Amino acid sequence: MSIVVQARNLMKYYGGFQAVKGISFEINKGECFGFLGHNGAGKSTTMRMIYGLSTVQQGSLTVLGEQITLTPPRIKARMGVVPQEDSLDPDLTVLENLEVYGGFFSLSARESRQRGQAWLNFMGLEDRGDVRVDSLSGGNQRRVVIARALINHPEIVVLDEPTTGLDPQGRRLVWQKLRQLKEQGVTLILTTHYMEEAAQLCDRLVVMNDGMILAEGHPEELVQQHVLPYCIEVRLPMELIPEDLTEKVQASGGMVERMADGLFIYTEEGQTVWQKLPEWGLTQRACYLRTSHLEDVFLKLTGRREE
Amino acid sequence: MFRVLRRHMKVFRRVWWTNTMFNFLEPILYMTAMGFGLGAYVQNIDGISYAQFIAPGFIASSGMWASTFECTYGSFVRLQFEKTLHSMLAAPLTVADVVWGEILYATVKSFFYGTVILAAIALLGLVQSWWSILILPFLALPGMVFALLALSFTGFIKNIDHINYYITIFSTPMYLFSGIFFPLDSLPLFGQAAVWINPLYHSVEVSRALVLGHVTSALLPHVAVLAGWVMVLGWLPVKLMRNRLLS
Repeated sequence: MSIVVQARNLMKYYGGFQAVKGISFEINKGECFGFLGHNGAGKSTTMRMIYGLSTVQQGSLTVLGEQITLTPPRIKARMGVVPQEDSLDPDLTVLENLEVYGGFFSLSARESRQRGQAWLNFMGLEDRGDVRVDSLSGGNQRRVVIARALINHPEIVVLDEPTTGLDPQGRRLVWQKLRQLKEQGVTLILTTHYMEEAAQLCDRLVVMNDGMILAEGHPEELVQQHVLPYCIEVRLPMELIPEDLTEKVQASGGMVERMADGLFIYTEEGQTVWQKLPEWGLTQRACYLRTSHLEDVFLKLTGRREE
Repeated sequence: MFRVLRRHMKVFRRVWWTNTMFNFLEPILYMTAMGFGLGAYVQNIDGISYAQFIAPGFIASSGMWASTFECTYGSFVRLQFEKTLHSMLAAPLTVADVVWGEILYATVKSFFYGTVILAAIALLGLVQSWWSILILPFLALPGMVFALLALSFTGFIKNIDHINYYITIFSTPMYLFSGIFFPLDSLPLFGQAAVWINPLYHSVEVSRALVLGHVTSALLPHVAVLAGWVMVLGWLPVKLMRNRLLS
């Protein structure tokens, strides 16, 4: 499989503040690669370096086979970008937005209108071409931004928090469209702080915190590597939790994590431990048993660091 | 940069009518109030009526205001609020493309508004010579100077309210001491020397000479100073905007 983006010890300073602290990763052609992290984790800075709004200061970044300091137009011509804020042109209609954007890629007006209409159809907005941008809902504006990013039939699409601010239906629709794009062989690079989004879409992802990569892998692999398969959430204030709980859980082969003001018990055997809770001084009513997922990995990796 | 200009012209085709009406009324009001009102008390200036004296200056000043407003408020909104400039940069364009797109657009607007005023004063019977046709190509030069000045300021400020300072501290004095309203030889000597750095002064002198048909080699220094402004400032907005757009 060929590599389309490769970072080696990539760093970025803003004055005295180090936003990206020497990260390395490789993104393969045709996969969906995710950057998962809090706001301010360094995800967007990394994205901006890839799509040409930020310069590489230290380390190396190779995009589509070319080592770059500031992504040049010839590379940007092969890329589509969905920036974090919806930067549609409010002075133009939806289709004019696409037409003008196609013009930036040296497409003729006719060609960009045709392609623009085709991508609007793809995004389920076939009848919205002639309306003004500000009359669209947030979700529909986001879909237009995605259509705009596709006008040049890009090999790579960079999506910086593509579904932030969308309602659940809107989010699922965007996911569905992104999966279709991936089917067509487009490489997707996305940032998100939604675990579900990362789990639904990404073939591989990195968890970022404080400018560093803490873990990398397939969402399910990460769950296997970092947490036990079952999780019991204890929904009680800390002072009501028996003091010797941690010892008892550990004696049974489980693990206890305190994070984000809550207590989580991880275990190989969910049902067995669940039955023991009353014995350990916890009422089942205040607890919740479920399988572990990506959010647990994320909380475990990033939550501890803030303590 | 022509790809960026194409975007701006698409917007302009939509808004030019409302824009022009507004921009066109103001100079006409000034011209009427001052030319025919104040002008009744002024015998004549350099052998011509006061209305005739001030009219050509409004071609130049309209051009200045059009270019100035586009590259201050217009560019600032696209830079800071609409993020239009950032989204252009995600396309295969450079900062120089984006910045020169802004400058060219302001230049086109400057040309357009100047032309409208030229047509208006021609209708009022205040155009004396066919040389005035040359004002059309000439307008591009001061248009670009004012765009470069304004965009340099815009690249420098962080708050839209600061544009008021530019208008009050730079544009208004340039407008008042440009020779539109009174001949500048009434100023003290240092004032007469100082107006040479005022681009609008040169634009007014050339416009007036062409409208009146007084075409001599004395116009060349005016053109040269404007060209000099373009050369001196040509690099500055790109540099300032690079800092604003890229991180």
